[in-house]
Amino acid sequence: MNSKIKAKKNFNSNTLLLVITIVLFCVLYAGGCIAYGSRGFTHFQTFLNILITNAGLICVACGMTCVMLTGGIDISVGALIAMDCMMLAVGMSKGIGAVPMVLLVLLVGVVFGIFQGFLVGYLEIQPFIVSMAGMFFCRGMTAVICTDQVSITEKVNATFYKWANSKITIPFGGYTNNKGKYMVPYVRPGVVVALLVLVVIFIMLRYTKFGRSLYAVGGSAQSAAMMGLNVKRIKMGAYMLSSILCSIGGVCYCLNTMAGSVTQALGLEMDAISSAVIGGTLLTGGVGNVIGSFFGVLINGTISSIVKTNGKLASSWPNILTAALLFIFIVIQSIFAAIRARRK
Amino acid sequence: MEDNVVLTARGISMTFPGVKALDNVDFTLRKGEIHALMGENGAGKSTLIKCITGINDYEAGEIRVEGVEGPVKNRSTRDAQNIGISTVYQEVNLCPNLSVAENLFIGREPLTKLHTIDRKSYNSRSRKIMEDLGISVDVTQNLENYSLAIQQMVAIARAVDMECKVLILDEPTSSLDDEEVEKLFNLMRKLKEKGVGIIFVTHFLEQVYAVCDRITVLRNGAFVGEYPIADLPRVKLVAAMMGKDLDDLAEIKKEQKDFAKEPMEINANGLSHAGTIKPFDLKIHKGEVVGIGGLLGSGRSELARCIYGADKAQTGTLEVDGQIVKINQPIDAMNKGMGMLPDDRKAEGIIADLSVRENIILALQAKRGMFRQLSRSQQEEIADRYIDLVQIKTASKETLVKQLSGGNQQKVILARWLATDPDFLILDEPTRGIDIGTKSEIQKLIVKLAGEGKSVLFISSEIEEMLRTCNRMVIMRDGQKVGELDHDLSQENVMKAIAGGES
Amino acid sequence: MKAWNKIKNWPLLLPVLALILVMAVNIIHDAATGVNPMSFFAVSLRDTTTNGTILYGRIIDIINRGSEVAILAIGMTLVVSASAGTDISVGSVMSLCASFMCMNLAGYGVSSTTTLAKPLIVGLLAAVLMGVVCGAFNGTLVAHLSIQPMVATLILYSAARAIGLLLCNDLIVYVRNPSFAFIGAFCGPIPTPIIITIVCIIIVSIVLRKTALGMYIQSVGINAKASRIAGLNSKLLIFLAYMLCGIFAAIAGIVASSRITSADSNNIGLYLEMDAILSVALGGNSLGGGKFNLAGSIIGAYTIQAITTTLYALGVSSIQAPVYKAIIVIIIVVIEAPPFKAFIRRFNAQRAAKGVKA
Repeated sequence: MNSKIKAKKNFNSNTLLLVITIVLFCVLYAGGCIAYGSRGFTHFQTFLNILITNAGLICVACGMTCVMLTGGIDISVGALIAMDCMMLAVGMSKGIGAVPMVLLVLLVGVVFGIFQGFLVGYLEIQPFIVSMAGMFFCRGMTAVICTDQVSITEKVNATFYKWANSKITIPFGGYTNNKGKYMVPYVRPGVVVALLVLVVIFIMLRYTKFGRSLYAVGGSAQSAAMMGLNVKRIKMGAYMLSSILCSIGGVCYCLNTMAGSVTQALGLEMDAISSAVIGGTLLTGGVGNVIGSFFGVLINGTISSIVKTNGKLASSWPNILTAALLFIFIVIQSIFAAIRARRK
Repeated sequence: MEDNVVLTARGISMTFPGVKALDNVDFTLRKGEIHALMGENGAGKSTLIKCITGINDYEAGEIRVEGVEGPVKNRSTRDAQNIGISTVYQEVNLCPNLSVAENLFIGREPLTKLHTIDRKSYNSRSRKIMEDLGISVDVTQNLENYSLAIQQMVAIARAVDMECKVLILDEPTSSLDDEEVEKLFNLMRKLKEKGVGIIFVTHFLEQVYAVCDRITVLRNGAFVGEYPIADLPRVKLVAAMMGKDLDDLAEIKKEQKDFAKEPMEINANGLSHAGTIKPFDLKIHKGEVVGIGGLLGSGRSELARCIYGADKAQTGTLEVDGQIVKINQPIDAMNKGMGMLPDDRKAEGIIADLSVRENIILALQAKRGMFRQLSRSQQEEIADRYIDLVQIKTASKETLVKQLSGGNQQKVILARWLATDPDFLILDEPTRGIDIGTKSEIQKLIVKLAGEGKSVLFISSEIEEMLRTCNRMVIMRDGQKVGELDHDLSQENVMKAIAGGES
Repeated sequence: MKAWNKIKNWPLLLPVLALILVMAVNIIHDAATGVNPMSFFAVSLRDTTTNGTILYGRIIDIINRGSEVAILAIGMTLVVSASAGTDISVGSVMSLCASFMCMNLAGYGVSSTTTLAKPLIVGLLAAVLMGVVCGAFNGTLVAHLSIQPMVATLILYSAARAIGLLLCNDLIVYVRNPSFAFIGAFCGPIPTPIIITIVCIIIVSIVLRKTALGMYIQSVGINAKASRIAGLNSKLLIFLAYMLCGIFAAIAGIVASSRITSADSNNIGLYLEMDAILSVALGGNSLGGGKFNLAGSIIGAYTIQAITTTLYALGVSSIQAPVYKAIIVIIIVVIEAPPFKAFIRRFNAQRAAKGVKA
């Protein structure tokens, strides 16, 4: 048996999924440009706006991807963001500084993540149940903190206001508007944070022990344990990471909305999950990466952007379309899984 | 601790709810020996191994490992690995979604200065490890792209590469072919020379005598004895494992008659299922026992599943009792008088959390349909009858089936099918992993069923067993039916037919 | 000791214990605030101008308001048993069914009406039909495409309300018609939802007793592959469980919508999936599927409602209540988690060992 044992021809559905995702994004975006070119869809700034609006979601999707790689899920993220925003808003209106509040929010994220991770990892409770309870807890807690909408104005906290309104300009891709003024493209600080998170998580997943062990746990938790990995701790780490990234995302989100309210970020977990799934993360775990999820976010963002640009469609359409996309990609995944099972 | 002893276990006891799994068991492993751990199913081999590797938490006794002060109590496989105990299990315990190299190194990856994983280094080291074992694979490919045998070799390579003092091989050969087994044995001998102590668990007696130096026998969770291999010939080993000399197996006598004249029960023409079995023809007469010979993965289970509709046939026609039938799923086959005992008892046989009674009546109830429920008294009557008939050892008919031993679970499934009064019964490895006493009971039952005019399709890895019970044998190779043997059924002929070729 | 063991193994122990606990809290609260402690149990007849003579009392109120959860719990129990997962879309499906019904009753685009555009029965059937469609959608994803139940139902969880809004043209549709309001009001002195719930429970119990459905579903939930080999159509049974769950969600939606004589897409059935799942868990059913106990789930459902009512009585607002329910869920699942049980066993064993030494 000296001849090289050939691997079965690799049916690389994972790469294929990513390609489909990128192509879908390009098609959608091109479609938007053709349909709404006259309303400024073709401008570079429109793309940047998608990034600005979804900076929080990018962070959340990165965390979601990590959790989903282990075969779990975290549906508490939307509610956690609402709680974060409410904490920021109420805290700052009580006169606490922006930096301590942000640190506090991150700390709450860590604690919350440790708690959820402990329940999933060490007590082996279904992730869905744990994070659903987490979701209701955070949503209710938001109401316990304050039942009204609280805005963060310049008067409330000048620093936070300055962060939210500062522009980071980009030296290319500008356009001249109809008044003849040259518009310099820009992003908000949230985008920089989000992209930083994206890069860090990408590197972590690919080049660190923890990152690889997330894949191992998702591939087969039992095997991972047999191979001497501390599965419980790794799972806990994943949920902790998700909650921390979610809290970072919460700050980015708050920089956009500048308010705290009980109904904020309703259904955001759905966007994060669908972004990850659309980006090729398998629901069963073990396969996926954050680049795919990033494109998933962009697709969701493009859809909302198109609906918004259209202006006549009902507000519920982005919700329905996201769900429909999630549905389509879940079906594609399941078909791929069936094909793969048949080849065995 | 004595010289040259690497591992001792003294007085290990452990109970699962209601069962004494291990009772005061001793075990000693010396440096550079291959030590077989033998016993029938339920004897406590796996439990003992799990106690050593830290998966089970034993209640009494102590385990000592050379080089470690005091008794060792592993809390996880990781602890066990840290003190030099590596394990390879029957099921491949690797991650299919990672590359071969990652599987070799996960949890102990070489790091670069930045504390990131040094991919280059472990890829090249992996290449070297696999080459040393004489297996040349692309280590950067995902594991799922390779066959089960290769995956098993990767698992062994991983265990071996971890500088272990104790290597535990828990039935590693069940998915390997002869050549691969030989390769594994060479590897084991090499490690033995290096002074590694190897615990080898297997069901194949020949393999024990091929490589082992010493045998420890367990029975019903108790320690029977430790013997050098030379002092324990096969017959004595079997006697030690079973606790009695049993020559029951020879008693089974099958009727020899010409079945060609008998009416046809099953007539399959060109049935196939893409990817698992190529088109085949098969005729089975009433009262006939037909065996399927072939290696694991030759398509013998798949052939049966295809007839039964467990995997829907995509081509061909099937006649049952002279009538062409269309079978889309198992219930269709059942309505035509078929029954199938699948090879994987846990995954496809028992409904673990239901009672013995419910497990027995399940198929009959399914056949009757949802709206014609058997009354409770009918159910109990049927359950009692079959518990008695196939002699299921259970506390009561309301005991959950998962609390029964493997052999009794198998009998429950048999009872389930007998209760439907089938004309044609498919038995896929009905005797795997059960004790010899139950084995012979099941074999006798098969012959008895045939005597009642029922047809049986019998699949087993043990050729002797099929020779004893079958009237005719179908030979499978590489997902294809390659021949039939109806007279001169002998071990030699069957082996030759299975192996194929001129040699 | 024997009697104690019998009680310990009684399947309804957990829900009954929880119910007693909630009642105790109520009694103590009443006593502390100076109200007659037994007022919790008091039931009386009271004359009202709108509904005539009706039964009145906190117990009645709990049983009445708990109807939706109890109805949902029936479906949820079957789903959990058959597929080892939960249907988190029930609350949203309730809302969608209600919207679809009111759209039919009022006519598309009409926001308020007192006369029915179509006969009441058409509206009710429309709601049930929508429930069947949603259930079939979930069932197909779970049974035929083998998608994890909670992910599959997540799709409708987020989309159903949005679709409902679309059907109602982004409005809250009011159907102020007495024949429609009857469903959520009173039938003689008894609240109609109670009667509907009882009818549902009786029908399901009869079906479970007189057919093999119960065993089939449990069998599939424990081992779908083996059940298939034994002649059960596993996929069909899982599909059926989801469909039934959809139908029960529709019925709950009808009741909820009739109570407020409107289809409020954003609020009908809000957080009710949580209550339904909680009922099943509280009823002593494993969320890991397999064996189920319907009576437990239903007692669980009323316990949940009692908790909700108690929380409101203690001054917790409806948007804050999820905090407490979440805590209860976590407590229940932690108690039921095998690692936790093992820990307790070890702890007890250690204590026993110490006791012997001392």
